[in-house]
Amino acid sequence: MALGFFSRLKEGLTRSTQKLTTGITTVFTRRKLDDAALEELEELLIAADLGPAAASHIIEEFRRSKFGKDVTDEEVKQSLAEEIAAILAPVAQPLVIDRALRPHVVLVVGVNGTGKTTTIGKLALQYQQQGLRPILVAGDTFRAAAVEQLQVWGSRTGAVVVSGPPNADAAGLAYDALTRARNEGADVLLIDTAGRLHNKAALMEELAKIIRVLQKQDPTAPHSVLLVLDATTGQNAIEQVRVFSDLVAVTGLVVTKLDGSARGGIVVALAQAFGLPVHAVGVGEQAGDLRPFEAMDFARGLVGAS
Amino acid sequence: MFDTLSGKLSGVFDRLRSRGALNEADIADALREVRLALLEADVALPVVRDFINTVRERSLGAEVLESVSPGQLVIKIVNDVLIEALGGAGAVPLNLNVAAPVPILMVGLQGSGKTTTSGKIALRLFKRDRKRVLLASLDTQRPAAQLQLQQLAQQAGVASLPIIAGQTPVEIARRAMDTGRREVFDVVILDTAGRLSIDQALMDEVRAIREATSPAETLLVVDAMTGQDAVNTARAFNEAVGVTGIVMTRMDGDARGGAALSMRQITGAPIKLTGSGEKLDALEEFHPERVAGRILGMGDIVGLVERASETVDQDEAEKLARKMARGTFDLDDYAKQLKQITKMGSLSGILGMLPGIGKMKAQIEDANLDQGILKRQAAIISSMTMKERRTPDVIKASRKKRIAAGSGTSVQEVNRLLKQFDDMSTMMKRMTKLGQKGLMRQGMGALMPKQQQNRRPY
Repeated sequence: MALGFFSRLKEGLTRSTQKLTTGITTVFTRRKLDDAALEELEELLIAADLGPAAASHIIEEFRRSKFGKDVTDEEVKQSLAEEIAAILAPVAQPLVIDRALRPHVVLVVGVNGTGKTTTIGKLALQYQQQGLRPILVAGDTFRAAAVEQLQVWGSRTGAVVVSGPPNADAAGLAYDALTRARNEGADVLLIDTAGRLHNKAALMEELAKIIRVLQKQDPTAPHSVLLVLDATTGQNAIEQVRVFSDLVAVTGLVVTKLDGSARGGIVVALAQAFGLPVHAVGVGEQAGDLRPFEAMDFARGLVGAS
Repeated sequence: MFDTLSGKLSGVFDRLRSRGALNEADIADALREVRLALLEADVALPVVRDFINTVRERSLGAEVLESVSPGQLVIKIVNDVLIEALGGAGAVPLNLNVAAPVPILMVGLQGSGKTTTSGKIALRLFKRDRKRVLLASLDTQRPAAQLQLQQLAQQAGVASLPIIAGQTPVEIARRAMDTGRREVFDVVILDTAGRLSIDQALMDEVRAIREATSPAETLLVVDAMTGQDAVNTARAFNEAVGVTGIVMTRMDGDARGGAALSMRQITGAPIKLTGSGEKLDALEEFHPERVAGRILGMGDIVGLVERASETVDQDEAEKLARKMARGTFDLDDYAKQLKQITKMGSLSGILGMLPGIGKMKAQIEDANLDQGILKRQAAIISSMTMKERRTPDVIKASRKKRIAAGSGTSVQEVNRLLKQFDDMSTMMKRMTKLGQKGLMRQGMGALMPKQQQNRRPY
């Protein structure tokens, strides 16, 4: 199974870098690193969603150390990967569950359709396999069949799912679930929430309410607030992280859909702007498709270094 | 955040004093700013290149007239090219011109909003066009996806295909079309599972569905927040299934929406609809000129007015307008107005929709003019007696102290509110003729520092 994990991750990341790799190869097989070449390299980073600012920052570093030198394709990839990995290394931190908390409360937030529910399902499986007892809370009481979706994940992973009637108050549900988790001595309480756009003040206020209500029972809750980001998202991800962090104190990110053609370069820009930990990456729809975020692997994958 | 393009361009052209035709050197800096603005708005790189070339061609030799600055001229050219590239004027309706039942195939990445959009289109066709619609979910991948569409069908008041476990998507598609013919439906909407454009097996599957049903419309559903990957997605889906129209979802977010331009350019298919909310009626026709303004960061004044009309209670607004016309607008009314502004969302979000607000936005953030002020002002007013609210003139020193204590604010803040209300009443008397829309705008204008109110975008 471990082998399957690894090859799938590699496969997913390879796919996501194919395009960029081809681009770099054609630019750099036999060229001096001059202004034109650097500009093309910058554009390739932009095409990977790093954003104009982060891309130009990296290229400036590059200019300082490599300008005018004759470089091979492999050298360019290697040093570009190192440059990016240096930015990402500080944020590559797994989510550590504190077993003493019973339960460690994890609130999962994000805009619509990023993969919150799927991520919770995957986390639940991981915790079960580590011998922890997770309880899942179907806090998306708004979207049609969101509760049922989480219940399917519950039965796949054997985790208990706490749910309420449609359009029930998510904060009340979370409160009850926390009571139950404390009574039953569960290790992790994973709270799903309805997707919400960060610019909708009323919906963001709802999230703040969930936190307030949880804190009535446990002033330290939630112990983790995970923002789930879709790798296909462009520069708006920066605004998403900013607003969610302001209002609900996000403690870490999960980046999903990295098995697609999107390269998730926005993660680099986010690391520079916020320095929030990236706990995991999603590379598929199956329960096992959640991986730790490895800075060097991600960076090498991003630029296609071997 | 980013300044608006117009602000940047005016900076570039401040250095430029020449009149007459624009030359290559004049526009080089300007085009660099345009390029950056487009990239920050998530327009895909190859699309940006083509776009810049078109703008360059059109700008070279363009006559700068006395009445406009070179900056304004380039902005106009950029805006024109952008609107053309987005599809020009006028919305393109859904094509339903085949024999009933008309199949509509929904495709896209995971989480782009296919199922919700299916429900919205069903409601629209049923309510507005009086069609008999059948919704069928072919999503056997995501847990409870079929149930989700069934629940949306109930909400929309249309039929949904009974769920039979274990059928393949192609089998469900055939069954949907059979049911459509047998039970005389006008339209059958086929909602497919989200799939990655590089997943060969699933792309083959959607091709098979297409061959089995020959849809009149194959709609690619795209999240407005999508980044550079929009190109890959658009190309892959277009090659596999031949996209006939695009639906941009989450237009109610604050993404600049450059993906709209990428998608349109790569597929050549028109953007037919936009989704702007989670409710089933939040589906609109696509307006290139509004999205152009948004991509360029030049504000979306129409969107602002629409947002205002959506959230503002119409009766309430009319009552307030009448009061203003009579000059009897009091603090109670002001409190109501504050509440309505708060309902429209965050203040910086609202301000972002105004053209040329870029530079001011930073100043406003510095001045800490956030939602908190609105709340505090509402608190101050609610600590007043009815008499004080109707005739604020009676509020003197000791009343001010009481109100400040009651609302947890300071006498200075009470003073500031009274001064502001006074300014506002004066202003309103002047603009009674403008009606409600004017009220909304001036209401917000009055919250800003005085000297900035009449600033023009360029």
